[in-house]
Amino acid sequence: MTTIELRNVSRWYGNVVAVNDVTMSIEPGVTGLLGPNGAGKSTIMHMIAGFLPPSRGELTIGPGSSWRNPAVYRQVGLVPERDSVYAFLTGEQFVVSTAKLHELPDPAAAAARAIALLDMAEAANRKIATYSKGMRQRIKVAAALVHDPEVLLLDEPFNGMDPRQRLHMMDLLDKLGSEGRTILFSSHILEEVERLSGTIQVVVAGRLAASGDFRAIRRLMTSRPHVFTVRSSDDRLLASILIGGTTAGRSAVTAVELTRAGLQVRTSDYGAFCRDIAVLARDHGIRLREVLPADESLESVFAYLVAN
Amino acid sequence: MFNTTVAWITLRATLSRRRALLFALPAVILILLTVALKASHPPMQLWPSHVLGTFGFSVLIPLTALIIGTSVLGAEIDDGSIIHLLATPVSRSAVVMTKFVVATGLTVVFAAVPELIAALISGGGSVPGPGDAGLVPIGAGTFAVALFTGALACSVIYNAVFVMVSTATTRAIAVGLLYVLVWEVLLSNFVSGVKLLSVSHYGLGIANGLASDPALEAGLGVLTSVVMGAIVTVVALALAMNLLSSFTLKGEPA
Repeated sequence: MTTIELRNVSRWYGNVVAVNDVTMSIEPGVTGLLGPNGAGKSTIMHMIAGFLPPSRGELTIGPGSSWRNPAVYRQVGLVPERDSVYAFLTGEQFVVSTAKLHELPDPAAAAARAIALLDMAEAANRKIATYSKGMRQRIKVAAALVHDPEVLLLDEPFNGMDPRQRLHMMDLLDKLGSEGRTILFSSHILEEVERLSGTIQVVVAGRLAASGDFRAIRRLMTSRPHVFTVRSSDDRLLASILIGGTTAGRSAVTAVELTRAGLQVRTSDYGAFCRDIAVLARDHGIRLREVLPADESLESVFAYLVAN
Repeated sequence: MFNTTVAWITLRATLSRRRALLFALPAVILILLTVALKASHPPMQLWPSHVLGTFGFSVLIPLTALIIGTSVLGAEIDDGSIIHLLATPVSRSAVVMTKFVVATGLTVVFAAVPELIAALISGGGSVPGPGDAGLVPIGAGTFAVALFTGALACSVIYNAVFVMVSTATTRAIAVGLLYVLVWEVLLSNFVSGVKLLSVSHYGLGIANGLASDPALEAGLGVLTSVVMGAIVTVVALALAMNLLSSFTLKGEPA
């Protein structure tokens, strides 16, 4: 059982702060590192993996630091985000050579086990240059798992995978986590994290925005106010219905603003509002011209989390 | 300090790249040039020392070493595949030493051995004798061994330097070219002190020590060449190991 600890870790490049005073503890099991692009996830991953020293703070994997300490890779497997592998090798040669670099007693057997685990046996004798992006990702994971590490770090592991490959990878990570390994993966896609991990660390603008049980954080995310821009044949009537009618409670409409561009509607229930506005408009003979979520980017979700 | 798996991957990577074709090009030019000059000139001429000394040590060996020495590690650092080697318990010193040995071996094959072959084809050098004695021959064997030894020394020292440069900058080829063309070829002709930090002059100094030939005169004695070459090699490798130990991946700033 190995725990990853970050204590007041910061990392800056010149005047640019990439990671700002992050403290987190990553326990055995699957943990998702979630955040929008540019939030500092990769920087955190690189620091944990020993490929970047913290500018300040302390970072340990198990008992020791990973910076300038190659011995740590006996218990750590790393799947980097960058899609660069030895394309001139076959999948099998790549995994076997990784096993040899780890000085495993039977590299061929270890490689065969890892390749089978990733369902890559059929393509193992092909050159990696002929692989799809998803297959390259899987062979990288096989190489990272070949020495049976206690800690597995995956930087955006689902990039380029088709839905079937994603499900297979998720099941595998789930299984590895339940065996007591410490699995940390980064992602900017909420649904990936939702499907896979019970624990998440949310990073926004280099800071730790939320940490803990995914369901609690998800509730916070879904109960945040959503803003819609609505244009219709009678905006004034629609506004009065939305704010005053019985559906207002059901759709959790909290505010309506009449603007030149149409109505700005605030609601705390995204799904109910989308269903109800269509029914309301039909019942009152109003023609809807546009119903547009004003800001549903992941960044805005995370910004809300930070503010709360 | 030497890892066979790293060596195997390095060899496969280096020879599978398109630039591998470039390795053989200077060697082929040198041998063809030697054959053509041999056929068109009578024996006892000064051209073997000039061609094999000047072209060999100023162009063939440095350029071949530059392409190979910056490929073995620099190309993997550039494309990011080096992380698959570095995320293993293999020490960074072993990675540097193995890459250096492979690069040196390839440079010997593609530069030092062609230098030896060309020297043997040329039939040996000649030097002006005392007084009116005309040209005095240097035996083909002595001449070839001297050039080959100098080329071996250059292969070792150049690769230590170029492997180090490729760990220090992503523009290793440009830096290496500047060193070879500006420092070694241009400045060393005007400022004699520059020769003290010129790898090609170490090689020529060693060759000249084995087969005394004014055309191979490097302005450096054998002892100076050997000592300076050893110091440069050790310092360059130590620096490369330290730089690779601190190898970083850049994350995206927030």
